[in-house]
Amino acid sequence: MTAHLPAIMVVLPLFAALLASLVRRGWAAWAIAFAVSLAMPVIAFTMLIQVLSSGPISYAMGGWAPPIGIEYRIDMLSVFMLLLVSVPAAVMMPFARLSVMSEIDDDKQAWFYSMYLLCLAGLLGIASTGDAFNAFVFLEISSLSSYAMIAMGRDRRALLAAYQYLIMGTIGATFYVIAVGLLYVQTGTLNMVDMAGRLGDIAATRPLFAAIAFLTVGVSLKFALFPLHVWLPNAYAYAPSFTTAFLASTATKTAVYLILRYFYFVFGIGLVFQVQPISDILLILSLAAMFAASTVAVFQDNIKRMLAYSSVAQIGYITLGIGIASMTGLTGGIVHLFNHALIKGALFVAVGAIVYRTGNGRIENFAGIGRRMPLTMAGFVAAGLAIIGVPGTAGFISKWYLALAALEKGWWWVVLALVASSLISVVYIGRVVEAAYFREPTAENAKVGEAPPSMLIPLWLLVAATIYFGIDTSLTVDIAGRAAEALLAGGR
Amino acid sequence: MDLLQDVIQHYNQWITIFLMVSGLYIVVARGNMIKKLVGLSLFQTSVYLLYISPGKILGGTAPIIGEGFSVYSNVLPHVLILTAIVVGVATLALGLALVVRINEAFGTIEEDEIFEMISEE
Repeated sequence: MTAHLPAIMVVLPLFAALLASLVRRGWAAWAIAFAVSLAMPVIAFTMLIQVLSSGPISYAMGGWAPPIGIEYRIDMLSVFMLLLVSVPAAVMMPFARLSVMSEIDDDKQAWFYSMYLLCLAGLLGIASTGDAFNAFVFLEISSLSSYAMIAMGRDRRALLAAYQYLIMGTIGATFYVIAVGLLYVQTGTLNMVDMAGRLGDIAATRPLFAAIAFLTVGVSLKFALFPLHVWLPNAYAYAPSFTTAFLASTATKTAVYLILRYFYFVFGIGLVFQVQPISDILLILSLAAMFAASTVAVFQDNIKRMLAYSSVAQIGYITLGIGIASMTGLTGGIVHLFNHALIKGALFVAVGAIVYRTGNGRIENFAGIGRRMPLTMAGFVAAGLAIIGVPGTAGFISKWYLALAALEKGWWWVVLALVASSLISVVYIGRVVEAAYFREPTAENAKVGEAPPSMLIPLWLLVAATIYFGIDTSLTVDIAGRAAEALLAGGR
Repeated sequence: MDLLQDVIQHYNQWITIFLMVSGLYIVVARGNMIKKLVGLSLFQTSVYLLYISPGKILGGTAPIIGEGFSVYSNVLPHVLILTAIVVGVATLALGLALVVRINEAFGTIEEDEIFEMISEE
């Protein structure tokens, strides 16, 4: 049984998605989704223990031996990503029930959970597979289901956002397929381990450079690297609250994982960062994201949209770590992947809870909410402090490592930029805090009560994790460090 | 002359690139949402050609063991592209479904008209 865990991890949500669409009743579909979401972290932890004790797991899908058959390869980074996706998903599921009930028509709820499970299967599949083309299929499974989930938003602009995301996302995915095609033509293999080995033997040719370029742009579109982020703010702003919370904490992260996997593991650090100027490009775009997106966030009136721009900025921190390409920088980037998943998850759950009570996410609607919904708003503030990077929260840890990495390179201006961009986030989080605590409740808000426990518990679990990982970093930094070490050693 | 020969010998690649670029151009340049999807479909389809054409070996047979045949074409690209076609169909279907819903919600499928409506809201 345990030998088949890598397959079960993907197959279970895939079949559950089918089942959820067949039961047709919202509560039953939710129960299925909840049960499966709870099982995923258990499987991921079991595999973490296996990887820690005996190294990477190689699973031959269907019994066909790799490199001919499709290999599922769970190494330190994969298992880290599996935890990153499955833990927030499981924690957020109780929140989903009421939020989805209030935002989606009764007859569509089962379909919504079906899409959620498909998306979960796709995201977990990307993290587990060791096959380049298989990763494309999972990328599209997760993307197509997320377009559908976004389009289910109540606002008619959600449809437009989903359409725009579909166009951009498909261009990104097609670029990825072009890159894989070029790599396959040159190496004759789709297995990532095999490909890494064979790329070492071929010269740095132009098709290889073309493959790197297509891959970088294609995957960057998927994780909304500035300035390829234009689809993201609308998609997050108009999607149902649960979709936003789930996608913001997991979906962009798995695309970043693909970049990590290819840059370090398949191509190798020498080819990507020394022969090609990708380090400089990432550095410039990361800094631009940190400033431009944070600044735009300050001027948003819709809080979901504000947090979406903040996500674009936070992606900048992660790519900064990838671009620095040192042990410390990479550790910082990978830790921030996980920390940002928790923090943004908490923020969007808090906003989702407030939207559930007040009906919309505009900033003037938050007037006096701090008094009406003290526990929800306290959670928002705690997670907001983490996004700013206040010491004692998870956000501080990742920024600390990134700053250390920049100092190791002697780039003191990057440290200044990190601090300056954090100060901008003080402004946009501060705007919400000001509205919630220092303004009188509006007539409608005077009636609202605290969020129900099914929303408060997920919120506070995420907030508690954010604070816990800000104080005790042994788990996150240790695993990220090991993953970074393995990545820097490359796939050969 | 060499350049011309290069171009002619690799005509399959040139067709692929032409289709790819024209598909992407339509996506960027057209405001009609259906036309955009047509472009997107063209762009995706060109990639099928990118995979299939290197798999073919001139004079090669299907990969079946038989007397007197030693050269055969690679079938893996075909299999991959079957999968990619499925993904393409799903994308196009979802895209068209969204356009139908957009038409119901906004009464138009021209992007600039919709943006105008939204900016007034």
